[in-house]
Amino acid sequence: MYAALQRDFAEALTDPGRAVPKDIAACHADDAARRFSIYRNNVAVALIDALAARFPVTQQIVGDDFFKILAHLFIAAHPPASPLMMFYGEDFPGFIASFEAAKDIAYLPDIARLEAARTRAYHAEDAAPLDAAVLRAIEAKDLGDVRFSLHPSVEIIASAYPIVTILAMHMGGIPLAEITDWQSEDALVSRPYLDVDIRCLPPGSAAFLHALSGGHTLAQAVEYAVAAHSDFDLGINLALLFNAGLVTSLSIVSPEDMSP
Amino acid sequence: MSRPSDLPCAAGVGFKPQHFEAIAAGPQPLGFFEVHAENYMGAGGRPHAQLHSLRAHYALSIHGVGLSIGAAGPLDGDHLARLKHLCNRYDPQSISEHLAWSSHGGTFLNDLLPLPYTQETLAIVCAHVDQVQSTLQRQILLENPATYIRFAQSAIGEADFIAEITRRTGCGLLLDVNNVFVSSVNQGTDPRAYIANFPLDHVREIHLAGHAETHDGGARLLIDAHGAPVADRVMALYAEVIAKAGPIPTLIEWDNDVPAWPQLLAEAQCAQIILDAHQSQGARSATAA
Repeated sequence: MYAALQRDFAEALTDPGRAVPKDIAACHADDAARRFSIYRNNVAVALIDALAARFPVTQQIVGDDFFKILAHLFIAAHPPASPLMMFYGEDFPGFIASFEAAKDIAYLPDIARLEAARTRAYHAEDAAPLDAAVLRAIEAKDLGDVRFSLHPSVEIIASAYPIVTILAMHMGGIPLAEITDWQSEDALVSRPYLDVDIRCLPPGSAAFLHALSGGHTLAQAVEYAVAAHSDFDLGINLALLFNAGLVTSLSIVSPEDMSP
Repeated sequence: MSRPSDLPCAAGVGFKPQHFEAIAAGPQPLGFFEVHAENYMGAGGRPHAQLHSLRAHYALSIHGVGLSIGAAGPLDGDHLARLKHLCNRYDPQSISEHLAWSSHGGTFLNDLLPLPYTQETLAIVCAHVDQVQSTLQRQILLENPATYIRFAQSAIGEADFIAEITRRTGCGLLLDVNNVFVSSVNQGTDPRAYIANFPLDHVREIHLAGHAETHDGGARLLIDAHGAPVADRVMALYAEVIAKAGPIPTLIEWDNDVPAWPQLLAEAQCAQIILDAHQSQGARSATAA
């Protein structure tokens, strides 16, 4: 009996077309719809607010009104399955990509992907970054056989659009201005300490970091990087690995243990 | 289910990350901080760094908003496991949840929804409270809800329903005085009669918060909005509770339109003054005896 009442309540909450459950209507005469609408409103606002908290730049780009419509439709199609609201909206970037009325802003899905990654990095497991001195202590002959463990927060969002620049402009990191050099950007998202760091990767870095995180050795990762981009610069990338705090441990792989 | 809730008998506040710097700047005249459990169910990062630092200096209350104890269906085992993990990590003085439901059919609705008070729902809620307490191996506190509607099938008064949950499960209670006030106005009942009927000797924590009022036609309705100072009439009702029950750990909740730290602290100090008045009174009568 209670299960049926709760089902009716839940269905009426998310569908304003449905009548207020009879058991409630019986108690409140003319006022039932208005009272029930408090719950309807609480649920709708709380879920839209959760998305707005995770995707503030996406919201800024499309404006509050459009964002509300987008969020409302997303919530109806992908209601949260978990009470962890900070992670709600994993499917939101994909939903935006498929949303016809948002297609004019071609870079919007990638901005949303970047914002989703930022939350994951913010809450990722803690790990202490390794100092570059550890790498310098390795003999030159062994360098190619080094395997790195990257920080649990590290993610790369590759885009055909200048998403790092756009995000920084909307967050006040750099002044809003017309982007004259409209180039693709690979975003590196990491959180070596407490603050999330989002930066634009140099050419070939994305392939290099993907290879390293996949368990390939430094020599193998360089091959992948050069294949992806002939301008790949190992010096810059080794500096990046340690300056950005991306490495949490390393080991030298013995020849018989070469396959990742 | 052994370990009882044991917050210090003083005023505390709901922790907001934007206050962290101000709080860390020096010792605060507060008995404890409270956090929403779900906000600390990520793996690491700043939320845990801040909570770890707070826990080193203050007592902690972990207040869940997502367990859906009033759901007709089974509890979410994964979520309960996350709560247990969090409690093991921080060893809080108190763990509390709501007499409400927030999930249905695998969907989380992100609101504290009401239930009818019947023998059937009493059995369901008690089974869920038992499950939580046996999983966590300790007592939890259950909070009375703010409600906007009632159910025709409710056969038991809310205070009686809550008293029976305490009797059957041994859980403690979190009395939200603002919720009592909000529900009473919305239901056209007397908040003093509710308090008179409430099992005050099982109350281990009190919540105070601000509410909002709707003006869109029809009868006056109060909304449990947590976005304003505690209303004078709620503070007066709180003083009556303390006069009757003696000092109880008291939390100021302010979740929306969060003020600067000094204003929130001032709210907590209002509650502390009321607690102090009765603490010294209790001490005097103890000396006299």
